[in-house]
Parts: sequence; structure tokens; C-alpha cells
Amino acid sequence: MRRLNLHTLGPIVALIALVILGAMLNPAFLAPANITNVLARSAFIGMIAVGMTFVITSGGLDLSVGSMAAFLAGVAIMAMNAVAPALGVHWGTILIGMGVALLGGLAAGWLNGALVTKARIEPFIVTLGTMGIFRSLVTWLADGGTLSLQSGLRTLYRPVYYGGIGWITWPIITFAVVAIIGEWMMRHSRFGRHVEAIGSNERVARYSAIDVNRVKLMTYVLLGLLVGLAVVLYVPRLGSASGSTGVLWELEAIAAVIIGGTALKGGTGRVWGTVVGVLILSLIDNILNLADLVSPYLNGAIQGVIIVLAVVLQREKSAADER
Amino acid sequence: MDSGRTMTVLALRNVSKSFGPIEVLHGVDLGLEPGEVHALIGENGAGKSTIMKILGGFLDPTSGELLLDGQPHRFASGPQAEAAGVVVIHQEFNLAADLSVAANVFLGREAGGFRLDHRAMRAGTAALLDQLHSPIDPDALIRDLSVPDRQMVEIAKALSRKARVLIMDEPSAVLTHREVGALYEQIDRLRAQGVAILYCSHRLDEVAHLADRITVLRDGRVVRQALRGELDESGMATAMVGRELQDFYPPKGQPDAAPALEVQDLTVPGEVHGVSFTLRKGEVLGIAGLVGSGRTELAEGLVGLRPSHGEIRVNGQPTRVRELRDAFAVGLAYLTEDRKEAGLLLEKPLRENLTLAALERFGRVRIDNRAEDAALDRATAEFDIRAPRRDMLAGRLSGGNQQKLLLAKVMLPDPRIIIIDEPTRGIDVGTKRQIYAFIRKLASEGRSIIVISSEMTEVIGLSDRVLVMREGRIAGEVAGAAMTEENIVRLAMGVSSEAA
Ligand SMILES: Nc1ncnc2c1ncn2[C@@H]1O[C@H](COP(=O)(O)OP(=O)(O)OP(=O)(O)O)[C@@H](O)[C@H]1O
Ligand SMILES: [Mg+2]
Repeated sequence: MRRLNLHTLGPIVALIALVILGAMLNPAFLAPANITNVLARSAFIGMIAVGMTFVITSGGLDLSVGSMAAFLAGVAIMAMNAVAPALGVHWGTILIGMGVALLGGLAAGWLNGALVTKARIEPFIVTLGTMGIFRSLVTWLADGGTLSLQSGLRTLYRPVYYGGIGWITWPIITFAVVAIIGEWMMRHSRFGRHVEAIGSNERVARYSAIDVNRVKLMTYVLLGLLVGLAVVLYVPRLGSASGSTGVLWELEAIAAVIIGGTALKGGTGRVWGTVVGVLILSLIDNILNLADLVSPYLNGAIQGVIIVLAVVLQREKSAADER
Repeated sequence: MDSGRTMTVLALRNVSKSFGPIEVLHGVDLGLEPGEVHALIGENGAGKSTIMKILGGFLDPTSGELLLDGQPHRFASGPQAEAAGVVVIHQEFNLAADLSVAANVFLGREAGGFRLDHRAMRAGTAALLDQLHSPIDPDALIRDLSVPDRQMVEIAKALSRKARVLIMDEPSAVLTHREVGALYEQIDRLRAQGVAILYCSHRLDEVAHLADRITVLRDGRVVRQALRGELDESGMATAMVGRELQDFYPPKGQPDAAPALEVQDLTVPGEVHGVSFTLRKGEVLGIAGLVGSGRTELAEGLVGLRPSHGEIRVNGQPTRVRELRDAFAVGLAYLTEDRKEAGLLLEKPLRENLTLAALERFGRVRIDNRAEDAALDRATAEFDIRAPRRDMLAGRLSGGNQQKLLLAKVMLPDPRIIIIDEPTRGIDVGTKRQIYAFIRKLASEGRSIIVISSEMTEVIGLSDRVLVMREGRIAGEVAGAAMTEENIVRLAMGVSSEAA
């Protein structure tokens, strides 16, 4: 039991170590502005990673989320620009944009889920396909360039990313709410139990009268919706979208899930672990930028080491239990 | 142990084994002699599988010694023990589901050099299966095989290794008399060749038939050793349980006339052809038949786990069952014979397993863990689930205790009609009695039960009426005084005068 605790607490210990390291390397690290910055940047990947935790726990995978985010951002921007002449620079216009992003996310997630459950195609293949499709669609919509929100709307929309309650900006608040609800669902709801059961052994789930296809579909829909939510908060940051928006977000989200202790093969999901994983990844990035110890170009290498290490530690635990 | 220690191939001397803080074996002595069948019997959780895993190199003793040819020895792993001639057939299957039968039989010792010699492996596998009189196709994938067929592949795989010591953990639990006969033949052959055999079974008639020497284990201790003929079946049961057992099967009931389940022309494509029968309220209906006769397929078709067509009426109401959920909705439940792959989440705790099929009973929005714990307490008591710790993973329970947990899980949604496929698979004599009494109690409450079992005495002892299946059809029905082993076998084999 004690070893199990140490194992589950591993990511937290790593996170605390990183915070101490960061504070030692640069006093600016603990400044509220920096903390806000780190958390707000984590929020996008974070919300997506929470959704990804459900998908992976059920034994699935979604590689399309980065492209999906870019595509949704593009479509939302186009929608807002399109209704602006009629509605004017007004919150109504922005609400329409938000609605488009959320509904689009829902639909895109449903598409992935339906291809996995109804057409019975491997999630890896399905989402590899839709990843290419979304990416190419947004590039096409932007005609190879950038889709930009009208400047009036941009100004109006800006506070959704930069504003908030004191230091705590809206993305941070939204991320926290999503994380808490996600953790609650995984632990205390029937849906969470079913997701874990399916990832643990799909046949047992079916023989327990669980609607396996519906639950799996719901995980993809939930993830799509969270991608939409991330887009709602991301668009006001830059006010634009292009073919290079959200590149590699899928890998960061998956990495965060794995670092947090969710098994890639499914069966056990830890939403709070995912949150810790996201924070670890963005702290590494932040510390490298603040301190001159290592080139920020090595960021990817360090993150890679952490991912492999996290998995090795998990493996060692189960091997030690064997004999 | 006292006679001919020098002859002993493999032995345990004063072996204890703990999992974490819990000691499950206490100072066990056991010796296996060449050319001898040694039976290991004991209640569920007594430690039989643990002993077999230690002998087979899969676990290390916490204290005490393993002796190979009289010398203390340590196997680093199962495969290493196998290289030394110690081969284990595990209670839970160890086959690669996505590989073919032949590939599994030759796993780790593939024929051919750099390029695999598929033809040789296929021929070798066919020969082994032929020895076992088994019609399994060497090219079939394990995934597509029934549970008994998978067991036969396990046996074929073990036979293919050149064993000096063969350890079998409940090899017959899912086999019918035909396969068990083939298994006996092979055991006799190996015994004559001087192989030392350790055999574990809860079917005590088998033990009486096969064993030259019997070791009885109770709560991790050897409580009795006996030679052939010294211990009859009831003597074994008494030694295992520590008290006398009587009245094995409960008295039969008085089924209601009202039908609970009417099945008309049920067809599962390729497996079951136009089966019709009626199950009455308060009735225990047995379904017998050989492996491959379509018993499990019939049950799975009926509850929506396989595509099927035909007419089903529950309590007189026409019912469409396309998914297991539809069956649950009308109070029809099914307990699978495939405990490991379809029954339990081995990597989840007992509680999660128990409530999985009935979660909506534990809170509408938030799952009420306290109510779940209470349900687990009740189930543990009612089904006598012996778990060293209540927060342990289901896969760590002994085989028989997993079966009890599965039974508790299926009963939790409070079904009215229960189809139980192999109700006592791997369950010890004492608990078997409890389960029979439990099934009878369900019937006396007005529920209806279908029992599919490969154990003939169980079908006869438990059922009010028995349907016998052959080649996907109902070959006949026996009831009352006609419910004899002979009649059932005749119908099952298709040698009765009027073939149905
Ligand atoms: N890996 C494990 N961790 C913890 N406990 C274990 C583990 N494996 C077995 N046990 C416990 O050890 C005891 C003996 O189990 P074992 O499987 O040897 O019983 P068995 O005699 O084979 O019973 P059965 O007839 O039910 O198969 C049981 O209480 C079981 O729960
Ligand atoms: Mg066992």
C-alpha cells in the first residue's frame, strides 16, 4: 500500500521539485505574472488533456485534437467575421463564434467516435485520418495564410483570455472547473466507472450489460467539446488561426495523460494526474525560458525524457509485484 | 514423503509463502515421484495454485526450499523451469488470443530456423490434438475458441513439451466426460513413461480414479497424505473441509405451471438451429451436452450476446432481446463460463467488480461507495468469498473465490431468470453444496434457473428436468426417473434409438 501511494504521488513529487528548482534558478519564477502566464498557457492543453484522459482510459486514442482546435478556431473566426456586418461589434457576435466552436467540437468528436464505434475502425487510424483532414481544411479555409478576427471584435473578445478575477484569468478558472468536474466524473460517476471497465476489459464490460459503444462515443464527444472550449478561450489570445495553430497539441495532451499515471492501454484514469502532467510539461518549458542553464531548444528532449521515465517507473512497480 | 526420497524429482521442503503481510502457505512438504500421479486437493484459497506456481518457477517461496532431484534449486522463471522439464498447465489460461492454435502450441520453441516451418508446426499440433481426440483446427485463432477448446489447447501445449514433471491446475474444470476421457488416456500414458504428475481438481471422483497419492491442503497446511485406496470421496471432502458433509444436493422443488421463459425456434447462425423450450417459474432446468454442442452459444444467443433470431417470451410477453441490456431489462441474467475474459475485471478491486452490472442501484448521480461496501460485505458473507483483503484485486483471488465473486455480481441486479454457465467451475466441495442450496433457494422464491454444466452428476443432482443438446439442436429431454447419466450420454452422443 505504501509503495502504491509513492507511485501515484510520483508526478506530484516531480511537480514540487520543479517548482523549487524554478524558484532557485530565477526569483521571477514565483512572480504572480509568471505564474498566471504558465497556468493560462497550460489551460488549453489542460482542458484537452482532461478529455483525452477519458478517451485513453476507455482504451481509445485521439490524435486529431490539435488539428481539430485549429479547424474550429478558423471556422469560429470566419463565422464571427461573417455575422459581424449584420450584428455589429457586439457580444452577440462573439457568442455565435463561441457556439460555433463548441458545437463544431461536439460534431467533430462525434465523427471520431462514430467512426471508431459504428464503423469499427481502430482509433489510431480514424484520428490519424481526421487529423490530416482538419489540418488541411483549416489551411484551405485560410488559403494557406492566416484567418484573422476583425480588429473591433478582437478588442471586445480580448478580456476573455486576459481578464479574470485578479491574477486568476478566465482560462485558469475554466481549466480548474473542467479539471474538478473531470476528476469527479472519473471517480464518482457511473460514466467514469464504465469508461474504466471498458478500458480494462471491453468484453467484461459488454457481459456486464454496459452500452460499450455509447460510452466510447461519449468519450470522443466529451473530448471534442473540450477542444471547442479550449478554442473559445484561445481565439481571443491571438485573434487568428492558421495551418500552424495547435500543432503537436495532441502529443502534448497525450504526454500529460501518460505522465499523470493513466495507462496508455486503458483501464485506469487519473484526471488529477493529467493536470499535474500538464503543469509539469509547461513548467519545464517556462523554467528553460527563464533560466539560461539549458537551451530552450532542448525543451522537447527534456520532456521526452520525462515521459519515458514516467512510464518506466510505472512498469517497475508492476514488475516488482510479480513474484 | 518418507518413502523413497531419493526417487523424488521435485519437492518442497518446509515451504512458506507470503503475499505482502499475509502468509498463505505454512511449512508445506510435498514430493513428486516419477511414474506417479499425485493429487493435490483442498478448499478454495487453500493454496493449491500457489504451490503449483512455486513448483513451476513462477513464484519464489518466502521461506523453505525447492528440491530438484534432491538438490536445493531455484528456478528464475517459468520458462526456465520448463527447460528443466517442469511443465505447468495453469488454472487460468496462458494462451496468446490472437495467435493460432499451432502458434500457441509451439510458442517459444517454434519449428524451423530463421524462417518458421509452419507446415511442421501445423502437423505437430494436429498430431497432438488427434491424441486428445479433439477436432480443433490448428489454424484457428485462440480468440475464436470456446473455453473448453482453449483448455484442450493448453493440454496439447503441455504435452508437446518434453516434461519430466507435469503440473496440472484444474485441467478438467470446464471439460465434459468425453474430453476428460482423452485427458485420462494421456495421463496414463505419461505415468507409464515415468513422468511425475501433480494433479489438482475439485472433482473428487477424478481424484479417486487417477491419484496414486493424495495430499490434502487446508488453509495453507498439509493436513493429510494418503495412498491410492486409503481415502474415498467423502473421506477426501471431510479432510478438506475439516468436518463431515452430507446431503450433497438439496431436495428438488415443485415448479409452478406458469412459464417464465418460452423460446421458439431460436437460431444462432452456424451454432444453434431452431431450439425451442419452456422454462417454468421456480424451475431448475439443466442443459447437458458435449463440448461444442452449442450450449453456451444458445445461452449467449438468448441473452443478446450473439446475433440470433427466434421468438422469446418472458412471463408470456413477447420480448426482443438484441443486446444484453434488453435481457437485463426483463430480469434475465447470464453468468459466463469465461470468467477471465468476460466475467471479471482482474485488475480491479472486488468492489468495482461486484457492482459493475448494477451501478444504477448505487446512487443516481454519485456512486455511493458506502452502499457498495455494504453490498460487498453481504456478498462476501452470502457466497463465502474468502479474500485475504477486501481491497485486493479480483485477479488475486483464488480461482474458486473468483467464481463466487462472479456469481455474486450476476445476482446483484436481482434477476428473475438466471442462466448459469458452469456454476461451480473450480469451486470446492463444501462451497458447491452452498451454491446448490443457493440455486434451489432462488427457485423456491419463484425464480427460474437454467444450469449449463459439463459435470453430469451436477446436472442430474440439481435440475428438475434436463435438456440434452447435440450439434446445436435439442436431442431430447429427460426428467424424473429417466434423468440418468446413461440416458443423457446416449442423447448427447446421438446413439439413442430415435434421433431428434
Ligand atoms: N498475487 C497474490 N496476491 C495476494 N494474495 C494472493 C495472490 N495470489 C494468491 N493469493 C491468495 O493466496 C491464497 C491461496 O490462493 P490459491 O490460488 O493458491 O488457492 P487455491 O487453493 O488454488 O484455490 P482455488 O481452489 O480457488 O483455485 C488465496 O487466499 C489468495 O487470495
Ligand atoms: Mg487454484
